[in-house]
Amino acid sequence: MQRTMSDRVDIVLIPIISLFLAFSISALIIAGIGEDPFEAAALMVSGALGSAYGWGYTLYYATNFIFVGLAFAVAFHARLFNIGGEGQAMLGALGTALVALHIPWPHWSLALLGCGIGAALFGAFWALIPAWMQARRGSHIVITTIMFNFIAAALLNYLLVNHLRPEGSVAPGSALFPDAVHLPTLHDILSPLGFAFSKSTPANITAFLSVAAAILLWFFLWRTRTGYEIRTFGHSENAARYAGIDPFRITLIAMGLSGALAGLMALNATMGESERLILNPTEGAGFIGIAVALMGRCHPLGIVLASILFGFLYQGGAELALWTSIPRELIVVIQALVILFTGALDNMVRMPIERLLARSKRARSKA
Amino acid sequence: MKTYHRPRSIFSADDPMRGSISAAIPRLRGLVGSLLLMLVAPMVWAQPAVIYDLGGKFDKSFSEMAYTGAKRWGDETGGRFLEIELQSEAQREQALRRFAERGANPVVMVGFTFATTLEIVAPDYPETNFVIIDSVVEAPNVRSVVFNEHEASYLVGVMAGLATRTDTVGIVGGMDIPLIRRVACGYALGVEAANPEARVIRNMTGTTSAAWNDPIKGAELTRSQAAQKADVVFAAAGGTNVGILQAAADEGILSIGADSNQNHLHPGSVLTSMLKRVDNIVYEAFKGGEAASAGVSVMGLANGGLGVALDEHNADLVDAKMKAAVDEAFDAIASGRIVVHNYTDDSECPANS
Repeated sequence: MQRTMSDRVDIVLIPIISLFLAFSISALIIAGIGEDPFEAAALMVSGALGSAYGWGYTLYYATNFIFVGLAFAVAFHARLFNIGGEGQAMLGALGTALVALHIPWPHWSLALLGCGIGAALFGAFWALIPAWMQARRGSHIVITTIMFNFIAAALLNYLLVNHLRPEGSVAPGSALFPDAVHLPTLHDILSPLGFAFSKSTPANITAFLSVAAAILLWFFLWRTRTGYEIRTFGHSENAARYAGIDPFRITLIAMGLSGALAGLMALNATMGESERLILNPTEGAGFIGIAVALMGRCHPLGIVLASILFGFLYQGGAELALWTSIPRELIVVIQALVILFTGALDNMVRMPIERLLARSKRARSKA
Repeated sequence: MKTYHRPRSIFSADDPMRGSISAAIPRLRGLVGSLLLMLVAPMVWAQPAVIYDLGGKFDKSFSEMAYTGAKRWGDETGGRFLEIELQSEAQREQALRRFAERGANPVVMVGFTFATTLEIVAPDYPETNFVIIDSVVEAPNVRSVVFNEHEASYLVGVMAGLATRTDTVGIVGGMDIPLIRRVACGYALGVEAANPEARVIRNMTGTTSAAWNDPIKGAELTRSQAAQKADVVFAAAGGTNVGILQAAADEGILSIGADSNQNHLHPGSVLTSMLKRVDNIVYEAFKGGEAASAGVSVMGLANGGLGVALDEHNADLVDAKMKAAVDEAFDAIASGRIVVHNYTDDSECPANS
């Protein structure tokens, strides 16, 4: 594909300017509460990217965001605004836990496959109900998917309190998964290769899976017939219908795939990190996925990059919370500013720059 | 970085040692001071740390009690302590390890949700003392502190049973988890013991952790219980309590607070509060010594870990008969004559209502 000048501006320059604005305002706020913004920035960068330990957490968060970001993106290419990633990922966690707890796996690789199928099926199932209601009954997907988040939370709570909780335990959580399903962490993978990676961090093999999922999704959307149909349907439903594309089929495929990808997040969070089903296995990642996908322009590469940025914000934020007296609410403010500037206020930066470019182009063509 | 801070002098202004040493050998004072600093620094400046759960530290309830205890230690000793409010599950292990690696001692965790993580982390840091509240972790460097909430909720149940005029009382719990069901069960048993005719209406605010901080829904549930003729409502819902107590005051019925003493929030409407002295646990642990060494502490009515709040704000509501009944039940439980059923033992509640 030929990249034009304005494409490059769109993908590189505008996000960087937006980020710069977001971080500048964050710095002003941090200075406003009497902390040193430069110290805080240094602490965030060194804590999140300055050591194997930092990367271990940054990549762990990024992996979650990649899965749910891709999930949102695939539905969005069909112009289906799936805000149910949170609930679909919760069901994915449930599927993962049921498979991991009830089947005696001989080896982690088989367990990963089995749990992956469980997670994807449960997540897809949770997305297909709203998809069917949208395609057949016209129930708006934004409303139904957000409702399904609450149903998922209630279902998980019911199961954890009444059925999955080990006898005598006070905490609402399932039993620990058996040792055989323990996924290799990045430390386990990299130490035979001579890299010393931090032992205690949760980043694990699913980080590679998430990148593989991003590549596969790119191939699916831009190199297959169904992917083309999804994008056509998204650009114009009427045109798609006229071209013989079945809206019902496309809605179900896009949403099913979206739910399955969201469900796969559980491989990282539930199977890789907590190694048991806990009450809130997604922790809002499903919603961050929306921001990540919008920031990455719903392109897999953009989503991977945006996910790493948000992983950095999460892990850097944790370091701030550990070693300074900056309250955690302020860390949420920083994350929110990034979302605000890169997502909602995109045109504020885009329009002046496009005008500037158009003017310089006109000047050049005149000359 | 503002991690470590060192006092300007190792002797604070009101330290009795300061005068004697400086008067005797003024010129050596600086030298002695710096020598002492070198010798005792690793012990004295091992900062204690406290980790609050996802609910946050200012929840007007459980975690805030822990903060109060930590702050009391800070105010009394002038020492600084490390603290973090968790934002995500993955930070649980992270915070424990980071504090332990930086030499924080003891590390106090406020909440049962830390148990599984602590089992994994504690063996890696044998030099660090960990204190976990509301759960038991067996390790040579962990002090586990658990509360028999069912005992104290039995007591407030007795008071509710005696105070009701409609033979209907209610409880609004926070999140529907075993711990809150245990409280609800003890409460129902207490009500039944004091007033066999009484009916107990049970509601939980929700099924997600948002239930701990949803005063609006708590208030709605309270109003609905009042509409069902309940005239005493027990609020066991963390930060949601403010809404429950407010709604009870608005409806002109009685309420019962929990964790910290909430009698003062609506004098004349809050019948009493079930006290859970988390602040003392944190304070004692920060002071070091036995409270931060290995073992299990079971806090109940007998050892002052739990109680009911009687103060000037509810003096008019508690008559002599009620006071006598509470004292009697208190003695019976403390001496073991009454054993209040513990819901988490068998996931069942023998209360009829």
